[in-house]
Amino acid sequence: MTAVTQSNEPPKLDNIAEFFAQALAIEVEATERYNLLADQMEVHNNREIAAIFRKMAVIEGEHRNEIARRAGDALVAGRPASFSWIGPDGPEAIDCDDVHYLMTPHRALMLARFNEERAVRYFEAIAAAATDPQIAAFAAEMAAEERDHVVWVDQWLEQIAPDEPGWDEDPDPPVHSE
Amino acid sequence: MNMIPNAAKAFTPAEYKSAVKPVWCPGCGDHSVLISFQRALAQLALPPEQVAIVSGIGCSSRIPAYTNCYGFHGVHGRSLALASGLKVARPDLTVLVASGDGDGFSIGGNHFLHACRRNIDLTYVVMDNRIYGMTKGQPSPTTEPDWDTAISPGGTGLSPFNPLVIALASGANFIARGFSGDIAGCAKLIVEAVQTPGFSFVQILSPCVTFREDQQKGWKNVVHTAIVPETDDPARAARRLMTDDGFNTGVLYRGNRAPYQPLPLARFDPSHLETEFAK
Repeated sequence: MTAVTQSNEPPKLDNIAEFFAQALAIEVEATERYNLLADQMEVHNNREIAAIFRKMAVIEGEHRNEIARRAGDALVAGRPASFSWIGPDGPEAIDCDDVHYLMTPHRALMLARFNEERAVRYFEAIAAAATDPQIAAFAAEMAAEERDHVVWVDQWLEQIAPDEPGWDEDPDPPVHSE
Repeated sequence: MNMIPNAAKAFTPAEYKSAVKPVWCPGCGDHSVLISFQRALAQLALPPEQVAIVSGIGCSSRIPAYTNCYGFHGVHGRSLALASGLKVARPDLTVLVASGDGDGFSIGGNHFLHACRRNIDLTYVVMDNRIYGMTKGQPSPTTEPDWDTAISPGGTGLSPFNPLVIALASGANFIARGFSGDIAGCAKLIVEAVQTPGFSFVQILSPCVTFREDQQKGWKNVVHTAIVPETDDPARAARRLMTDDGFNTGVLYRGNRAPYQPLPLARFDPSHLETEFAK
């Protein structure tokens, strides 16, 4: 999970259109990232984790579609170049370097939970800093929806056994070749 | 620089993605570099058919297959030779070259020197993980001299190749370093590299999680944005490199040397051939 925080200030959003563009970009990125990670796991035959990531991609995709629907004509074309406030990547996208080819369902869901929580904090901070009441209201709503996702992931986690120590130990590990 | 503005259409990063799923190890930095490529091309609004991505051999060199631009997965160390020929023959294309530290600095080292010197309008992105990953973990030119493994007991004892120093000394017109974990930052560097005429070199630190996980997983905690701004003065850039810890990111040098321009070719009319055959 990224340790990088490049600025302490939430992004300055001048109008509701910018907010929608930002929110939509976050969900687009999360959807694409989960699909990418699902592809990686399928290629490496970790089908259980692939299914988890694919399901998360569907959920984020539905959220993306809902934001696009609500934004309607207010949506600004294009997407923000970066999310440099909270990290080098979108707050809801799992960092590509956090996954492991032997990762367990528990670990995958913990990563998802970390990112949903990060999204909650992101939208809460925007809501707190917003001077436009419309932005504050929508940001608070987004934070609540992301909080629902955290609860949902928690419920999923309750059904899964925690990791055993050494979950990442490969009995047939990669070896250096002469 | 060959950007043909396409005001009629905006591209999303997903539109540069092919149907081929990457086979890199989960957690490999190259996944992030691929996303940076796609974002950079979207920011540049370059239609995929106006872009060619050329590579050599190695993990990183698989990138052309994962985009829907034109691609050439060439032979080991020869990506720059192929790309140079392509750019000279088709100057209208935007040509990016992808390589790794083994492919680009060892067998391809000579081509690297002369590509910098020729200053053909190419963007060369080297994913540096300080190892030959695809062939299972041999030390590369950028490997630390004391990296102790079963196949390099006690380390190689060799001074690492410093690609930024070589690029500067050889005449590259744009020199930068990024870190794969900073996807937006790398995309920005690639955009600037493409927009700068001439030969642009971008070293991207891209961890190998399979053979060097213990040493490179922590790179994200040690990379840092260079505090000194970019310069167009090679002497100043050289002085900066004297104190470089290898983890400074950002643009080091942006020159203003005119890119190589081939002499205009005599136009060949294919109908001449038909005339010859008719005789």
